[in-house]
Amino acid sequence: MTVLEVTDLHAKHGLLHAVRGISLALAEGETLALVGANGSGKTTLLRTIAGAHPAEKGRVRLDGVDITSVPAHHRVRRGLALVPEGRRLFPELTVLENLQVAGRRGRRGEWTIDTVLDAFPVLRPITRKQASQISGGQQQAAAIARALMTNPRVLLIDEVSLGLAPVAVDAVYESLTRLLGSGATVVLVEQDLERALSVSQRVMCVLEGHVALAAATPDITRDQVTAAYFGVRSATAPAPTAGTATSLHAEIGTP
Amino acid sequence: MNIVNAIVQGIFLGSLYALLACGLSLIFGVMRIINLAHGDLAILGAFLVWVVTDKTGISPFIALLLVLPVMLAVGYALQRTVLARSLRGGPLVPLLTTFGLSIVLQNGFLQVFSPDVHSLGSNVGTLSTGSWKLTSDLSIPYLGVVLLVVSVAVLGGLHYTLRATAFGREMRATAQDPDTAGLVGIPASAIYARAVAIAVATAGIAGAFLAIRSSFGPASGPAQLIFAFEAVIIGGLGSLWGTLVGGIVLGVAQTIGATIDPQYSILTGHLVFLLALVVPRVKATAPRKAFA
Repeated sequence: MTVLEVTDLHAKHGLLHAVRGISLALAEGETLALVGANGSGKTTLLRTIAGAHPAEKGRVRLDGVDITSVPAHHRVRRGLALVPEGRRLFPELTVLENLQVAGRRGRRGEWTIDTVLDAFPVLRPITRKQASQISGGQQQAAAIARALMTNPRVLLIDEVSLGLAPVAVDAVYESLTRLLGSGATVVLVEQDLERALSVSQRVMCVLEGHVALAAATPDITRDQVTAAYFGVRSATAPAPTAGTATSLHAEIGTP
Repeated sequence: MNIVNAIVQGIFLGSLYALLACGLSLIFGVMRIINLAHGDLAILGAFLVWVVTDKTGISPFIALLLVLPVMLAVGYALQRTVLARSLRGGPLVPLLTTFGLSIVLQNGFLQVFSPDVHSLGSNVGTLSTGSWKLTSDLSIPYLGVVLLVVSVAVLGGLHYTLRATAFGREMRATAQDPDTAGLVGIPASAIYARAVAIAVATAGIAGAFLAIRSSFGPASGPAQLIFAFEAVIIGGLGSLWGTLVGGIVLGVAQTIGATIDPQYSILTGHLVFLLALVVPRVKATAPRKAFA
């Protein structure tokens, strides 16, 4: 069952056309890894889906309902949550308060203060600390936990490992892997290809605002992703993902 | 007037400034807007209480209870109509907008109420003039005590709301990062509207006490804005208890100045304000980025 459907989405930053007609569809319980170089449009794509950035053109549907013109805070209530790049915790609120503010307006569901602290045990001893006073890895865990407090149907995570020490990345991914294993529906932006491919069922490479490659993770090699990442044309394009061929085009190379 | 009495009277005067300033501090802390119409909104509250008292003959304090919902509605409507639009135009536009609103309010008062000066002091009996005389040089005015209690209650109530309620957490979150607040489901525009409603209501309370303590007229707003602004700056932007301290420091400075020469009252307050701008402050009273 398709939960999130994005059709021909366009978004701009002034004159810069950051997202140029991207389409994707995400089934329940599926994890899609979005990869691409800096400035390729991944973050703008996620922010536009979440309603934090206006769409120039195209449609975003959640559970079949068109939410393209719905404000970000209403999308949260419908089940869309974004973990933004740079974590963006409320710095002068405690970790607990960060979780509480998210829990108040989101959907009702299995995620509560207790369950998110169980999922991210690293947060339990620091709930009374101000968010600005905890480490980067703890902040990333808190940011994901905060998004989970809204009980999202789809979780969008931007740059999971950016700026984190390797040990912190390991800790975050340990919790994230458990979360993904529990059937969460996630779109993950990740610069670390190995990590991205290891936790996702599908991968989409974004290049200059276009989809340069989209395929099921088992059907694709790291070299193919790397070629798409840098816009190098490849003769070994993977077959389109079954069931999503209309929305996820398997194409390699710059448009 | 000896120095101890000057300090005591200054504390009571400062309570009025703190009451006046807390709404200014709240709007700045949450929305980063310096509301140049804040003093005129206090005068609006004073006029409304005066009208209700004049027409019905009830106590100004009961009239204030009737006026408060009106002030809340005025604040809510002000944010939803004027300020929300001007916020989208960058930081300078709200400043100009509130400056324009100040002029509109002053001229509106002139049109509706004439340039006459009014006071509600005579409507509260001995409360406005009575005092406990402790020594020949020291007396505690009834109204000053009421003002201090009301100021601490209002500031304490605001502090409790911000620190210990879900709405307060949302307000602080929105103050720190309105974009991210939207990403966790908080409607920033609704939070702003409630913040302005509360701020305008506190301005109304301050306006009523100003009218009881002294006199007011259509052009009284800007002077009150300056005192409120000075209290906020002295106490540290975005800090509610700092605002109380700032108001009291300003009030004490003015009354001590007045003991030297009545002409020095306002001047001394301004000098302390300038001193607060140039002297490095301790952490407790330093400006904050947002309410925390």
